[in-house]
Amino acid sequence: MTTQATRASQQARPGHGINLHVLGPIVALVVLIVAGALMNSNFLSYANVTNVLARSAFIGIIAVGMTFVITAGGLDLSVGSMAAFIAGLMILVMNLLVPSMGAGISVILVGMVVALVAGLFAGLINGVLITRMRIEAFIVTLGTMGIYRSLVTWLADGGTLSLDFGLREAYEPVYYGGLFGISWPILTFLLVAILGEIVMRKTAFGRYCAAIGSNDQVARYSSVDVNRVRLLTYVGLGILVGVATIMYVPRLGSASAATGVLWELEAIAAVIIGGTMLKGGFGRVWGTVVGVLILSLIGNILNLTDWVSPYLNGAIQGVIIVLAVILQRESRPEG
Amino acid sequence: MTAPILSLNGVNRSFGPIQILFDVSIDLRPGEVHALIGENGAGKSTTMKIMSGYLAPTTGEVRLDQRPVAFGGSQNAEAQGVVLIHQEFNLAEQLSVEQNIFLGRELRRGLFLDKRAMRAQTATLLDRLQCRVHPDARVRDISNPDKQMVEIAKALGRNARVLIMDEPTAVLTNREAEVLFEQVDRLRSEGVAILFTSHKLDEVKRISDRVTVMRDGRVVLTAPTSEMTEDAMANAMVGREMSDLFPRRTTPLGGDVALRVRGLTVPGHAEDISFDLRRGEILGMAGLVGSGRTETMEGLVGLRRHVGQVEIEGRPVVIRSPREAQALGLVYLTEDRKGRGLVLNMGMRENLTLQSLPRFAQPFLDRTAEDAALDRAVRDFDIRAPSRAVRVRNLSGGNQQKLLIAKIMQADPRIVIIDEPTRGIDIGTKQQIYDFIHRLSGQGVSIIVISSELPEVIGLSDRVLVMRQGRLMGAVEGPAKTEDAIVRLAMGLDARTEGEAA
Ligand SMILES: Nc1ncnc2c1ncn2[C@@H]1O[C@H](COP(=O)(O)OP(=O)(O)OP(=O)(O)O)[C@@H](O)[C@H]1O
Ligand SMILES: [Mg+2]
Repeated sequence: MTTQATRASQQARPGHGINLHVLGPIVALVVLIVAGALMNSNFLSYANVTNVLARSAFIGIIAVGMTFVITAGGLDLSVGSMAAFIAGLMILVMNLLVPSMGAGISVILVGMVVALVAGLFAGLINGVLITRMRIEAFIVTLGTMGIYRSLVTWLADGGTLSLDFGLREAYEPVYYGGLFGISWPILTFLLVAILGEIVMRKTAFGRYCAAIGSNDQVARYSSVDVNRVRLLTYVGLGILVGVATIMYVPRLGSASAATGVLWELEAIAAVIIGGTMLKGGFGRVWGTVVGVLILSLIGNILNLTDWVSPYLNGAIQGVIIVLAVILQRESRPEG
Repeated sequence: MTAPILSLNGVNRSFGPIQILFDVSIDLRPGEVHALIGENGAGKSTTMKIMSGYLAPTTGEVRLDQRPVAFGGSQNAEAQGVVLIHQEFNLAEQLSVEQNIFLGRELRRGLFLDKRAMRAQTATLLDRLQCRVHPDARVRDISNPDKQMVEIAKALGRNARVLIMDEPTAVLTNREAEVLFEQVDRLRSEGVAILFTSHKLDEVKRISDRVTVMRDGRVVLTAPTSEMTEDAMANAMVGREMSDLFPRRTTPLGGDVALRVRGLTVPGHAEDISFDLRRGEILGMAGLVGSGRTETMEGLVGLRRHVGQVEIEGRPVVIRSPREAQALGLVYLTEDRKGRGLVLNMGMRENLTLQSLPRFAQPFLDRTAEDAALDRAVRDFDIRAPSRAVRVRNLSGGNQQKLLIAKIMQADPRIVIIDEPTRGIDIGTKQQIYDFIHRLSGQGVSIIVISSELPEVIGLSDRVLVMRQGRLMGAVEGPAKTEDAIVRLAMGLDARTEGEAA
């Protein structure tokens, strides 16, 4: 009997070797950190690290919510405009209250509640249109993206909405202050990421998201309340957009039509780079966190070194995103 | 005797560390119909995939026209006239029937598609198969049997010299299978070599010239079909003597009604369905494919809009979703295990617990409890998987079905509706499933079994309801429960025999 060498050896062997899909994003992150450290001695300084992390926090908090939406087979393009709108609304309400309540903690608390409630409702609107009216998520959120963007422009009357000067001082600690030398946005991002990871891996909700994203019919036949789970992913994302906005407003103290532009794409990119499947069915929150860090490190490194023009930031991010998707495809199990 | 056209010679195949096929040799000859039979997971589909270039052997050789070949891919195999029709459909759901038939080998005239020629050929192919779907119909809108016919038309259109079919009749009714067999006869006389698998041994007996039996990844025997009885085939597959397929009722039926349905209407599918299901009863549902049995039951559990009165254990209930049904102890097991039953890219554990996940979450998912449940299910239902980590997609068809049953049972139901419980399941496992259904009924669980296999529905159930065109035609039980009586009702030849079907 003759035996012939075959191409079987080329085929993926489940459970064998290194799993690129898991390690890819981590390796990329490590490479970036090493490269950054070699190129600029300031890269690993406390100031630079906290700066990068604090800037990542807004997109990061949103991207954690986005991970659930995408895992469950959905998509939300409206988060950037939603953040801008919530920021505008928050500033407007707080400014209105200053004369009666004074520029203090109580007004800021009201502002925070406004942001969370507005986020909740914005997410609810997206979710209801998608699950009850059965309109494509892409279309619905493309629509609300335009609506929120134009609403904030209208609220600002085409210009900029600025936070009352006195309030700004009272509010600043939320962005610049912190605990043990770690600023609030970073702590919040950390907390959201940990909670997200737990919900995704350890709760029925996370499992349901993956099942729905894989095959919503199977989920329906398995007694899963598909619409409710989907709706909750959008509501959750909306609330997280509110949280991110609460952290963001004290940074600049203003909102305009240019606030949060392209945030949705950065958040989606971070999710995909982290290994969540764009078509749904599989998601991991820690991956998203790594994805966010990768994206902001690229920008940071370009700013710190003069090898490549920072204007090419977008191009490099684009390459990384495409690479991530190719990696996803390679690691797909053999059929 | 003619020389073999396609053969395997001492083929071994492993997936990762696990070896699935051991020293498999089989040969196909022109003008011969060869049947490959074996238990679920015996390696039939894997063997077929190797013969048709979808998988490469780990060691051993594939020979085409008596020369070793490495297909290196299914396209290459198809180009050389070797076509496989998969156990699961391989059609582009969004495309039309015609586009599917010509997918990848569209006819052209100059730069443009030659629509007229493709239309004409499609029509001829479908005609030959007596398949009445429109060439422009989208594949996702046509029924399963029609999809099977389209698959076959697609293969015929590729002028196959070797046609390999993995369980082609699993989704066909007897009549549709007849049409297929006529085609098989025709192809045989044209000198095509045909290999097929089926768990229906009567078909194997009728249509094949030679049989190869596989067990646990090995070929145990190859023999002319004329020398083997169906019993001998079953024994060779299972490796032991098979006893009676259907167990007998040991516990007497009480009189309590577990489920009472009155005037159930599922718009467009079923009208005015009324019946009672007693505690511990096994109630069969027979009827032609398309008679509305599945839709009726999907309506009952809230998967479809419906009206009508339903009482469970004497209490009137309203069921708007499978979730509400499950809370009332009523679950439905779908006939479509790949499309609606299992999440194919997840593991066995995730699939097993999906239906009753809240039970495993307090509030965090208890991995240990899930694993224990899987251990129990694997034992109780004899699920054979190469490893625990395997994705459900890579389980053999029969083992997927067993996992699906196990998944439904996680909900601890009082009333179970099982749609086509043994589709694509080998005879040994069938017996296990029948035993299991009887054990359940012994524990007081009431069961409705929808089945298109008459011997099954008769052998298994205490009473059989027969549907036709969305209406309940009658019920048969006791000595009146014969194939003839059921067929007459299903075809609309008899009026209600025993008065009200209640
Ligand atoms: N890609 C894969 N990775 C791992 N294991 C696999 C893969 N494909 C098949 N197997 C395993 O190989 C064994 C044989 O599977 P195969 O599908 O050939 O069985 P079968 O005889 O066709 O069964 P059935 O009658 O249930 O369709 C099974 O245990 C199956 O789980
Ligand atoms: Mg098979």
